[in-house]
Amino acid sequence: MKKITCLVLVSFAFAMVFSTSAFSARKTIIKIGINAPMTGDIPKVGEGSKYAALLWLEDIEEAGGLEVGGKKYEVELVIEDNESKAESAVKANTKMITQDDVLAIVGPQSSKQAVPAGEVANKYKTVMISPWSTNPNTTLDRPYVFRGCFLDPFQGPVVANFITEEFSFTKAAVLYDVASDYPKGLAEVFKEAWEKKHGAGSVVAYQSFTTKDTDFSSQLTQIVKSGAQVLFTPQYYNEVPLIVRQAKDLGWKGPIVGSDSWGSAETVELCGEACYGLYFSSHYAAAGAKGATKAFIDRYNETYGYIPDDVAALTWDALRLAQQAIQDAGKITGKIEKDRTAVRNSLAKIKNFAGITGNMTFTEEGDPVKCAVIVKINDSGEYEFYKSSCP
Amino acid sequence: MEALIELVQFIVQNLINALQRGSFYAVISIGYSMVYGVLMLFNFAHGDIFMVATYIGFGIATLFLALFAGILPGPLIFLATIVITMFLASWIGVFVEVAGYRPLRSAPRASAAITGLMIGIIFETSILIMLGAKRLSFPPLMESIAYNVGGIYFTNVKVMIIIISLLLMIALHTFIQKTKWGMAMRAMSYDFLAVPLMGVSINVIAPLTFAVGAGLAAVAGILYGQAYPILDPYMGVIIGWKAFVAAILGGRGSIKGAALAGYLLGFIEIFVATIFPSTLRDLIAYSIILLILTYRPRGFFGMEHSTKLRL
Repeated sequence: MKKITCLVLVSFAFAMVFSTSAFSARKTIIKIGINAPMTGDIPKVGEGSKYAALLWLEDIEEAGGLEVGGKKYEVELVIEDNESKAESAVKANTKMITQDDVLAIVGPQSSKQAVPAGEVANKYKTVMISPWSTNPNTTLDRPYVFRGCFLDPFQGPVVANFITEEFSFTKAAVLYDVASDYPKGLAEVFKEAWEKKHGAGSVVAYQSFTTKDTDFSSQLTQIVKSGAQVLFTPQYYNEVPLIVRQAKDLGWKGPIVGSDSWGSAETVELCGEACYGLYFSSHYAAAGAKGATKAFIDRYNETYGYIPDDVAALTWDALRLAQQAIQDAGKITGKIEKDRTAVRNSLAKIKNFAGITGNMTFTEEGDPVKCAVIVKINDSGEYEFYKSSCP
Repeated sequence: MEALIELVQFIVQNLINALQRGSFYAVISIGYSMVYGVLMLFNFAHGDIFMVATYIGFGIATLFLALFAGILPGPLIFLATIVITMFLASWIGVFVEVAGYRPLRSAPRASAAITGLMIGIIFETSILIMLGAKRLSFPPLMESIAYNVGGIYFTNVKVMIIIISLLLMIALHTFIQKTKWGMAMRAMSYDFLAVPLMGVSINVIAPLTFAVGAGLAAVAGILYGQAYPILDPYMGVIIGWKAFVAAILGGRGSIKGAALAGYLLGFIEIFVATIFPSTLRDLIAYSIILLILTYRPRGFFGMEHSTKLRL
């Protein structure tokens, strides 16, 4: 009896192995991986990434598949949660590359995850496009890693210039999370840019905290005491409301300026009126957009009921870049390693790609040359275009 | 002279900051300490009970503000939110005792400790599943007004947090010292084998202790929501650890000690972050505590025999 059961099981196993391989030979599905923070510290960022990806998939399905070299292929999204943790992002990338056989990966969004996850993608020679990671290390010396946004060495000076021109201030304070790649990197770049403009020591307070802190009172007390005129804090939407409110409670009167991490749809929702009138640098401004950008915003708003933030727009652009690269590759051979390399080579050649967050041409490093915008949170809590700054 | 005034201002300002932070540690660590006193176990789910209580407070506050804002005076809504949240949260405490710890009362202490951690994880993921990973913003129950007295800034919310915490601790102290129930708890913590023989049931006292602890955590949660109005399912973890440390430092089972140690921890954290880079904050804060415990293993007010008992 036992023998028969064994035999049946073995034959089942064989049947499964052969049927799946026969299946994949018959039909090649193009799989695109999405590595996003669906839970963890910044779930709204994950939600925006997922929603933008679903809209993109809708377009592909409407067209009856993705056309490559005259043949239409079915597309499948593999969405993995990285819990907003570096180690989970690495795990998600490894799984998608080695088990799911994805052709390309979009994400992770924050530099904290994108820097280590990029290492994996590059090692396995799989194209990874991080839509939102602005830290230079994400793409540095990694031919297979690209990004959809500008870099911190560009963003830092943009903010420093803006504050100088707008308010003519000379003394700045910085408050940042020392345990996270993005805020730490940007804080350093900003400090350097500011001190180059106003001389050494013009950043009068350079205060740090650690991820998951909620009380910033001792740092803010020092910042208030330091006589700084402006506070720069490149933090995420879960920290910005706490920092802004606590600063005001401790007698801070000056403006508070942020960076593109403020751009999430939830910053204003959590912060309320305390954040009205503040400025931050970003990739795009939803209020007053035109053309394809406006079409995307309207469609997203209609489907999901809120204005998409910069992460959603950048994810959309990253997916369309991946699409363009796959199409430019000319053909899908079905041999995944070969196809991945072909996609990488065609992505590197893309010139003047018209994205909804601006035109993009990749440099040697896989970084696009793009403009930044300064956004003002207006009195009804919308992200309003204030100024733009191009390289 | 001017520099001196500035220094005094700076110190007083940080004292106020530390008092606020310490209030949370103190109120939450009492919950740890009471349970330890009665059952000789650390309820590692306490940080997550605090988190669940904060979410309950969020629900009640949102509901009341939607129904009664403008009709009833603000302080009344505030008070009603606190009382009802305390009531509901204390049932969470009772549930944890009855479902989690009671079946393990004669099991090794390690089993109970692991159960506590698991209950915490169950609470975290339940909230995550029910409400999603989205951050919630705790509605302000009183309008925050900032005052500037001689260069020292504070808000009415801060003052209220400190006062309510102190009142709560005094009330609890009175309860423990003056009432029959309190006497039963003290007796139980003195000898949990003999006291049940005298007709005081541990199956009444243990849930009561958990209920009081969870009720305190509920008040802490609402006040926390006023000071740091961003809620997430993992908010209880770190504050739970720190309150646990405060409970150890104060002396296991001592309410006075837990309160004092909670404030001390708040002071050390704030002042270390003021003088040193904030990365060193936890390192220095816990090194100080380690040093204190090396020379006084039973903490500030722990009973002499408590160190000899199993954890």
